[in-house]
Amino acid sequence: MNTAARGSLLGIEHIDEKEIVGLLKLARRMNPLKARPLLRNKRIVLLFYEASTRTRSSFEVAAKSLGAMTVLVLSSGSSIEKGESLLDTGYTLRGVGADAIVIRHPSAGAPHLIAKHLDIPVINAGDGMHEHPSQALLDAFTILKRKKSIKGLQVGIIGDIYHSRVARSACHLLTKLGAKVILCGPPELVPELAATLAPGLRLTRHIEEALRGTDVVMLLRVQKERLAGQKIGLQDYIARYQMNAARLKLARRDAIVMHPGPIIRGLELTSEVVDGPQSVIQEEVHNGVPVRMAILARALGKAK
Amino acid sequence: MLSAKNSKREIASLLIKGGQVIDPAEKINAPMDVLLREGRVAEIALPNKIRGSADERFDARGLVVAPGFIDLHVHLREPGQSYKETIASGTAAAAAGGFTSVCTMPNTDPVVDSAEWVAWLRHPERGAVVNVFPIAAATRSSRGAALTDFAALQRAGAVAVTDDGKPILEDEVMRAALRLGAELNLPVVQHAEDTRMTEGCSMNEGATSFRLGLRGMPSAAEANIVDRDVNLAQQIRESRLHVAHLSTSDALKAVRRGKRGKARVTCEVTPHHFTLLDADVGEYNTNFKMNPPLRSAADREAILVALADGTVDAIATDHAPHAAHEKQVEFERASFGITGLETALALALTKLHREQKISLARVVELFTAGPARVFDLRGRGSLARGNFGDVTIFDPKKRWTFEAAKSRSLSRNTPFDGWQFTGKVVATVVGGKMVYRAE
Repeated sequence: MNTAARGSLLGIEHIDEKEIVGLLKLARRMNPLKARPLLRNKRIVLLFYEASTRTRSSFEVAAKSLGAMTVLVLSSGSSIEKGESLLDTGYTLRGVGADAIVIRHPSAGAPHLIAKHLDIPVINAGDGMHEHPSQALLDAFTILKRKKSIKGLQVGIIGDIYHSRVARSACHLLTKLGAKVILCGPPELVPELAATLAPGLRLTRHIEEALRGTDVVMLLRVQKERLAGQKIGLQDYIARYQMNAARLKLARRDAIVMHPGPIIRGLELTSEVVDGPQSVIQEEVHNGVPVRMAILARALGKAK
Repeated sequence: MLSAKNSKREIASLLIKGGQVIDPAEKINAPMDVLLREGRVAEIALPNKIRGSADERFDARGLVVAPGFIDLHVHLREPGQSYKETIASGTAAAAAGGFTSVCTMPNTDPVVDSAEWVAWLRHPERGAVVNVFPIAAATRSSRGAALTDFAALQRAGAVAVTDDGKPILEDEVMRAALRLGAELNLPVVQHAEDTRMTEGCSMNEGATSFRLGLRGMPSAAEANIVDRDVNLAQQIRESRLHVAHLSTSDALKAVRRGKRGKARVTCEVTPHHFTLLDADVGEYNTNFKMNPPLRSAADREAILVALADGTVDAIATDHAPHAAHEKQVEFERASFGITGLETALALALTKLHREQKISLARVVELFTAGPARVFDLRGRGSLARGNFGDVTIFDPKKRWTFEAAKSRSLSRNTPFDGWQFTGKVVATVVGGKMVYRAE
């Protein structure tokens, strides 16, 4: 087998605008409180090689809301710990009767590897620094609850873009849907290469430029250990790039503030911003469930 | 082609008739006949001028007859990793690729850092079907600290020293290696990679690595080391530096600087670096993962220019077989390296000769006289009378498709499976004996 099974979602880069819009429409019809047993008797394996709170729990709730059975396999406490390869783990789970695999892995491309060798859909729940497609979709879903259309919106993405799979997926999705995206941060976290990711991306080192006239402010977590040893120090980062109430005033009055979590209050943003009226950070988490319901329904051919 | 006698039997003489002899070292590019006798080149003359009889005749009409090809850089994985390759299987692949001599890298298990292991590699029991010239480790266990006994290694048959797979980072160690090499007229081969800049990296740094979320090796990691080494080579009289698998435009600049400054600096380039780009990694195809990694279009362009203009001394394969289970894993975890012995000539003819219009004579030079000079392989790299009877016969126009499944190597990790080529090896002769014939 050389291609992923139908229904797989490995990234945003290789799906087109029509598919993205279709998934977002489907997500609007998904209501976790009104269970529809679309996936009754389906077995969905959540294969997590990395810690996760939001993604894991919301995929699990999404699957169960659709009537599917879920099995959680973590790298610790499984044969993975004994040295079983990713592919062999994939074959084992297929053997157990998995109808789809949702995988989170620290290595970029890991979902592509098992998708190439298995005949069941594989959903990428985050692979290394590569992509996190369900996060990008739920972010688009969240934006669309507040804005009429993504086309023409100005989006500033601020923070550690180099290490961020969320940023990569967001850049692909937002540019495909016609948003104007500006990436912002120090060169250590936002290298010049970042602008090559998708057509029309702009890059700035000045947060003011990323904020002025912006409709959506997307913040990314900055890990302290990634700043350690870099030319830019923690205090320097806070001084130049932290999102605070004063800076937020530069954005449009109706701008929304997003963050995929986990947030570090006092680093990439202040508590004022997290808890302020423009923050949709909690909504994003909430919207993860219907969006992942749509992804799973599409994966198993029940996208009705 | 070969007459009815059993070709496997030891034959005393072989007459290769009617071919186009291309021997850049002797400045020959003409229809000629070649007579090999007792393992040596006995005579080379205009068509039908060789008198007397030969035990065997080979009809080379329409074919190119070249000195036996020399590969300066192969990993035959013995001792210790015979599940990837053995000297027998690796040299069989070499023969199928037209190589009559291969230089083996010492990063085996254990590392070839003693005269005993050098002798072991050359022992007839290994079953080599082509000449094997060991390159020994430059430092003990290739740890980059204490130099090995170059003189003893050389006496045992080592043609050069290297810590391939790892660079010699410490200035003092590299300086000492070049000094000792200079005393013995022994080349020091450097895998140029500043590993302080490449930790956790699995491909070239560029738009593709950023897109795939993979850490990228900057080209400076190679260029900085080549730059430093060229400086050292210029400072140390008679020292010989050979840059392995050069892959970047900036490293080429350093080599050019060294050559202009009369330092004894040589370099090799692999077929995959003159053929492929980092973007070809596609969606994490581990058969496109090697070290140095595939580079940018600008780097490839610079390499093509340097192959044509004479800056590059040799094409070397960096044949690096790995078992399937070492490649069918996450990209970042996959072993570096690809096989290359059976596709090198086809790539050179297809990419360099047909596409880039580099002359056949220059392509042949890069496989023969060039590499022979780099490691002083006396009596090889040319068909001058009295030289070893190593001959590579190929059809520069033959169209064929490479099938990895039919490879003689024990491993299948090639990016060229299913590629269509123009130009194919027809026969390989080592010491007057035919060791490979195309079906």
